[in-house]
Amino acid sequence: MSATPEKLIEMRGVKLQFADKVILNGVDFSVRAQEVLVIMGLSGGGKSTLLSILLGLLKPNAGAVFFKEEDLTKLSRPKLNEARTHMGMVYQNAALISSMTVRENIGLPLEELSDKNASEIASIIDQKLELVGLKDAGDKLPSELSGGMEKRVGLARALALEPELVLFDEPSAGLDPINSKLIDDLIIQLRDKQKVTSIVVTHEMDSAFAVATRMAFLDQGKIILEAAPGEFRDSDNPIVSKFLSSYTDHERSKK
Amino acid sequence: MLQELSGMVWMGRETASEIKERLARHRSPFRLKHFFYQSNRVGVGSVPMVILLSVFVGLTMALLTGYQLQRFGLVTLVPAVVSVSFTREMGPLFTGIVLASRIGAAYTAELGAMTAGGEVNAIEGMGIGALRYLITPRILAIFFLTPCLTVIAVISGILGAAFISSLLLQLSYSYFYDQVMTNLLVKDLMAGIVKSFLFGAIIGTIACYKGLTVRGGAVGVGTATTSSVVMAVSTVIACDSFCNIFIVTFFP
Ligand SMILES: Nc1ncnc2c1ncn2[C@@H]1O[C@H](COP(=O)(O)OP(=O)(O)OP(=O)(O)O)[C@@H](O)[C@H]1O
Ligand SMILES: [Mg+2]
Repeated sequence: MSATPEKLIEMRGVKLQFADKVILNGVDFSVRAQEVLVIMGLSGGGKSTLLSILLGLLKPNAGAVFFKEEDLTKLSRPKLNEARTHMGMVYQNAALISSMTVRENIGLPLEELSDKNASEIASIIDQKLELVGLKDAGDKLPSELSGGMEKRVGLARALALEPELVLFDEPSAGLDPINSKLIDDLIIQLRDKQKVTSIVVTHEMDSAFAVATRMAFLDQGKIILEAAPGEFRDSDNPIVSKFLSSYTDHERSKK
Repeated sequence: MLQELSGMVWMGRETASEIKERLARHRSPFRLKHFFYQSNRVGVGSVPMVILLSVFVGLTMALLTGYQLQRFGLVTLVPAVVSVSFTREMGPLFTGIVLASRIGAAYTAELGAMTAGGEVNAIEGMGIGALRYLITPRILAIFFLTPCLTVIAVISGILGAAFISSLLLQLSYSYFYDQVMTNLLVKDLMAGIVKSFLFGAIIGTIACYKGLTVRGGAVGVGTATTSSVVMAVSTVIACDSFCNIFIVTFFP
């Protein structure tokens, strides 16, 4: 088995269970370079788990994950680490190193994995902080940041090594509309200017439709719908339309 | 127990493979800065406690053996008995116990909190190699500094013994010094040092393993820390016995 070319990352028949609880039950999808795939699904449906598998942090019980035509599930540790340097992950809980300042957090992958010298690293850190609008927070510890700020630092760290693929786990959850928009714009900009491919897990409909080039819906451990945004919105799949309509109902009731 | 042992072996193997990979790419497997930071913490930070404990243990030992030997009129043997048993046995053992509770507990707690907070996963996810990055400087620090601390422990233990001997057993410092010099063999010193390298490695490995396998948040970190100290102390003591049997049998 080998991956189809031009697909950057692909999952085939991925199954995963914790103890006897089946979380993923045969997930298939693929993402081509420069696409932004938005994955939606119910809370607890296994979206974060799916991203962990893409990053090789969890080994699926069955199935294969191809990244640039290599099966991540079969790679040796050093090879897997090498592949990971081409990916960046924005964690749902930010997962910053709590004993390091914001600058050290962003600099960590650069220091460990690149041959850049201190001043080059410092300028990259400045640039990434600027990108996420946190120029002044560089010397703070993660515990001194708000949740939304932590998330943005997590994003800056994920982008530090200029990855080809960025995995976003609910990047705009808990952010105000302005910062949420900033992140959406950033995802679009990354795709257009730096040819970055993204997989975004989100519950925010507006940002989902703003950034997506394709959308997928994960339910009961399977991708039940994968389509372009327009088609996705008009889908007659009962679960998806219920998901989307409950959101629009909710929005309407607020007005 | 067996599962833990195989887990530790796995951890060691994977760390070694990460280090090999780093060396193949001509990158240093760990930062000297981290190694020195950890060494400072393990070594310098433990000195006061090691000295304090050893002085008191040395003092007590001299006193007890003194009173026993007095009955046979052999009080002059105290320096020899105390110095040999401190170098071979008490020094490494007490250093091991101090380090297991001071440093082992700290390693487990901090690595445990990092594991529980997803930080270890985040480091791993960046492709840095969490095992190599987190474990190597810690285990190396404790491995190289346990023998140094043992030497300090031995010296302070003997000083404590000499002090009480001159005070209560009427043995002068110079007599004590001469006796130590004639009775202490290089073999005893070597036995103590080799043992303490071993103890350092045991404590470091157990503490890191326990920290990285934490489950269940804050309570999990607490449980893991307790069990890390218990396991490290008992392994050190058990290992000490085996070492003694080995040494006595093969190097009489
Ligand atoms: N380490 C673990 N051990 C056991 N079960 C787990 C573990 N991690 C996740 N789960 C279970 O897997 C399921 C999916 O979790 P996951 O975090 O992937 O959901 P999610 O889709 O990201 O949800 P949310 O939208 O709330 O973030 C949950 O039912 C959870 O209980
Ligand atoms: Mg999640």
